[in-house]
Amino acid sequence: MTPIPSAANLTSIQPAATAPELLRNFCIIAHIDHGKSTLADRMLQITGVVEARAMRAQYLDRMDIERERGITIKSQAVRMPWEVDDTAYALNMIDTPGHVDFTYEVSRSLAACEGAVLLVDAAQGIEAQTLANLYLAMENELQIIPVLNKIDLPAAQPEKYAEEIAGLVGGDPEDVLRVSGKTGVGVTELLDRIVELVPAPQGDPTAPARAMIFDSVYDTYRGVVTYVRVIDGQLNPRERIAMMSTRAVHDLLEIGVSSPEPSPTKGLGVGEVGYLITGVKDVRQSKVGDTVTNSAKPAAEALGGYSDPKPMVFSGLYPIDGSDYPVLRDALDRLKLNDAALVYEPETSVALGFGFRVGYLGLLHLEIVRERLEREFDLDLISTAPNVIYEVTMEDKTVIQVTNPSEFPGGKIGEVREPVVKATILAPSEFIGAVMELCQTRRGDLQGMDYLSADRVEMRYMLPLAEIVFDFFDQLKSKTRGYASLDYDVVGDQAAALVKVDILLQGEQVDAFSAIVHKDNAYAYGVMMAGKLKGLIPRQQFEVPIQAAVGARVIARETIRAIRKDVLAKCYGGDISRKRKLLEKQKEGKKRMKTIGQVEVPKDAFIAALTSEQTETREKKK
Amino acid sequence: MTPALPEGIDAPDDGSLPPGAGTGAAARSFGVYLHVPFCTVRCGYCDFNTYTASELGGGGSQHAYAVTALSEIHLAADVLDRAGIPARPVSTVFVGGGTPTLLAVRDLVRMLDGVRDTWGLEDGAEVTTEANPDSVTPASLAELAAGGFTRVSFGMQSAVPHVLATLERTHDPRRIPDVVRWAQDAGLDVSLDLIYGTPGESLDDWRTSVETAVATGVDHVSAYALVVEPGTKMAAQVRRGQVTLPDEDDQAEKYELADDLLTAAGLDWYEVSNWARTRDGRTAACRHNLAYWRGHDWWGVGPGAHSYVASDEPGARGVRWWNVKHPSRYAARLAQGLSPAAGREILDDASAELETVMLGARLREGLVLSALSPRARTAVATHVAEGLVDGRAALDGRLVLTRRGRLLADSVVRDLTD
Repeated sequence: MTPIPSAANLTSIQPAATAPELLRNFCIIAHIDHGKSTLADRMLQITGVVEARAMRAQYLDRMDIERERGITIKSQAVRMPWEVDDTAYALNMIDTPGHVDFTYEVSRSLAACEGAVLLVDAAQGIEAQTLANLYLAMENELQIIPVLNKIDLPAAQPEKYAEEIAGLVGGDPEDVLRVSGKTGVGVTELLDRIVELVPAPQGDPTAPARAMIFDSVYDTYRGVVTYVRVIDGQLNPRERIAMMSTRAVHDLLEIGVSSPEPSPTKGLGVGEVGYLITGVKDVRQSKVGDTVTNSAKPAAEALGGYSDPKPMVFSGLYPIDGSDYPVLRDALDRLKLNDAALVYEPETSVALGFGFRVGYLGLLHLEIVRERLEREFDLDLISTAPNVIYEVTMEDKTVIQVTNPSEFPGGKIGEVREPVVKATILAPSEFIGAVMELCQTRRGDLQGMDYLSADRVEMRYMLPLAEIVFDFFDQLKSKTRGYASLDYDVVGDQAAALVKVDILLQGEQVDAFSAIVHKDNAYAYGVMMAGKLKGLIPRQQFEVPIQAAVGARVIARETIRAIRKDVLAKCYGGDISRKRKLLEKQKEGKKRMKTIGQVEVPKDAFIAALTSEQTETREKKK
Repeated sequence: MTPALPEGIDAPDDGSLPPGAGTGAAARSFGVYLHVPFCTVRCGYCDFNTYTASELGGGGSQHAYAVTALSEIHLAADVLDRAGIPARPVSTVFVGGGTPTLLAVRDLVRMLDGVRDTWGLEDGAEVTTEANPDSVTPASLAELAAGGFTRVSFGMQSAVPHVLATLERTHDPRRIPDVVRWAQDAGLDVSLDLIYGTPGESLDDWRTSVETAVATGVDHVSAYALVVEPGTKMAAQVRRGQVTLPDEDDQAEKYELADDLLTAAGLDWYEVSNWARTRDGRTAACRHNLAYWRGHDWWGVGPGAHSYVASDEPGARGVRWWNVKHPSRYAARLAQGLSPAAGREILDDASAELETVMLGARLREGLVLSALSPRARTAVATHVAEGLVDGRAALDGRLVLTRRGRLLADSVVRDLTD
């Protein structure tokens, strides 16, 4: 007997006509690289929704960057049929983003489910972000189904990690399923167990419709595609819907389910998961977490848990070629359509010209946005060092929000507050010392420590967000040979003794290099940056002093000596073509220079200066 | 390993020039460069297209070389003729290498005869050969003069034994005054080539070299900063840390020292790396090289040699091509009646402008400011203010670099071309 339901049985699980007790909504919680997408692909294949030959590796990850990085940025939902004991069930698999920056999106995805598959690499064990998401799922009272993946790997240690997981979710190591997304071993059992353990959704089919948006994706051809989970009532084709946070009303042009290609249905009933298309062009009009209701018969109360995405990390983004500024603006406008968390406003830098101050959810978000801008819009960009929002209270009690270090006020400052995070670091116990040392240099405060198993430890720290946005993760990885993982959550703010260090080239302040640092680190930062720039800025026709200063006080100084020779000795008949081409190449290079005052600074100098040592060495090794 | 040929487009097998090449030829002189691609040993710093005997096979031998070169001279006459360029007597001939004096003098003379028989030589034509100080004798120099050579350029490089050893030059520096005198006695004009910035060379070493050159009484000196080209033995030594290159400040200081010493001795700069004496109103400057810098036409004969025929046509302002590098392939192509050209480029207006500025700026006579774009002409004022360009000459409508400007000539050229 095949677990793929027969045609007769399928009639009981038609969209908009499936009894809630035949529905199972679940998500998969996993770390990057732990094989979530491969497992999802295997499920699509085994349930027959995607034929093997149509299988594209990692079907659900659509964007190129996602596929290359092996991570999922945008979640989606797929409806799969499955039969247990001659009863057909409709399984909705809701894919969740796997990274710390997207905690809010994860929480909404979790809120759309009754169960979660906790997927852990049998060779690596659980990672910090997975742990954070697991806690989130447990708080949401989701049924957890622990699974070890990649058991086909020679390095797999299923016994060890089954014990670790059982310790975390409470249960017997024997209950931890062992699968291989790659070979398909154990996947049928997993599907059976989902039907068996995940509770059926509950809701009031007669109440006014309420559906929660857990994802919202911009599609060039169709406009915004909104993914929802119906809690109460029913959504029907061609009716008018309303967004409860904004009261905006839209015509429902299409409603359907993905399996995995979108297919229109007669509606969505209680507990069902599907998509809506209303013709809106901007994901801000269809926000994750918002409640969709029927405009004619609206629900009285929105579902809980909605909040606006809040950017935590800011960085200046500038085109190398100033004439690309309009292209950058259009590109950001386009990206915004698909990224409700992306905020930006125009900014001018003395050093870098016209650009934008862009707010991100976190560092990965920053990297993804930047990479997409460069790749999809063919832009050459400089991004300044990421920083956080500071709240500066002046002595006269005026309060200034600083998102750009160069705006840090001079004058009489009463207090500066900076955001702090609660960070969870998982690492093999041999690295406890290294992690503590790193956190201490980053003004961290140890909150607690637990052993997950004999040789793995969970460390909890309070850290200033500013200390982790720069290169903390790189440092953590390099100090633990890549074994540590990190999760953090902004929990509040604290007063701190912060100062602004400015960098001056030939007496002229380079705003892009200004940084807000703790006063005890100002000198070290100044010396480091001045030294770094000396090595990065080519010699000019005149002497260039580099200074680091706090206010008017110079704390470090270096000098780039004037260049004395820039001429090729020989230029005879056979040299002319080569010499001309060399000059042409140098002229091209000059276009990639930014002129600060009179000093020509190559783009690479900005990038390198704004990158940490560790990252640089790592890049060079590649 | 020899320098890579430039990237270009394919050159036709019959050597035909593109349409329009050579227009305005009557206003330009015509020079011939003859390349001799042989050396007894390859010096560690050398990236020229040259081969030691053991590196060669096929029809590329030293013995047959003059005959092979003659066949390219005949092809050249045919190509220029077919392009409709009126035959011009040759103004200058320059035999370079490699080590031209490795060939028998009669072979060098035979090639010169080939040039003369084909196009004729202008009255008072300048005919130069390069020579190694250790491969000439009073008799061989007299034979060269008798065969029509007027000038010899010796690769002296340095007067200091340890510097010569690092350069892997085998000649005895004590021989220099003798060979200069022999050449002068034979009636030849003499030039000495010097190299500065060799690893291990002190400022005093360099002073010794320049003073030794000056003391011979020559009327022409070239001084080049050592450039370690990729692929040379010295590049490998630098990479392995066996030798350390002097920095550019050291080179700049040595340039200034050479300029001081040569100027004091009555040799004035006329190009960034060249100094010449003027006697009785006649300069000893190398006319063949001046023709390169002034954008005249020349034909380069031999493996790897470049040629150039200018044009007044807008959009296609001249054609430059280069021959296949290896002597055996070179010989084989000519034996089949094919042009030895490996590739060529047709200069567009921007490239031509860049070359004009790049070459003209290197000269003492400078560049007419009207050759510059309006924006560049405006920028000249800044360069004068920065001490890179001579203010007086600029007022007279010419761009002439100051000494500081000569040392930074490439930056000036980049600034002055769009």
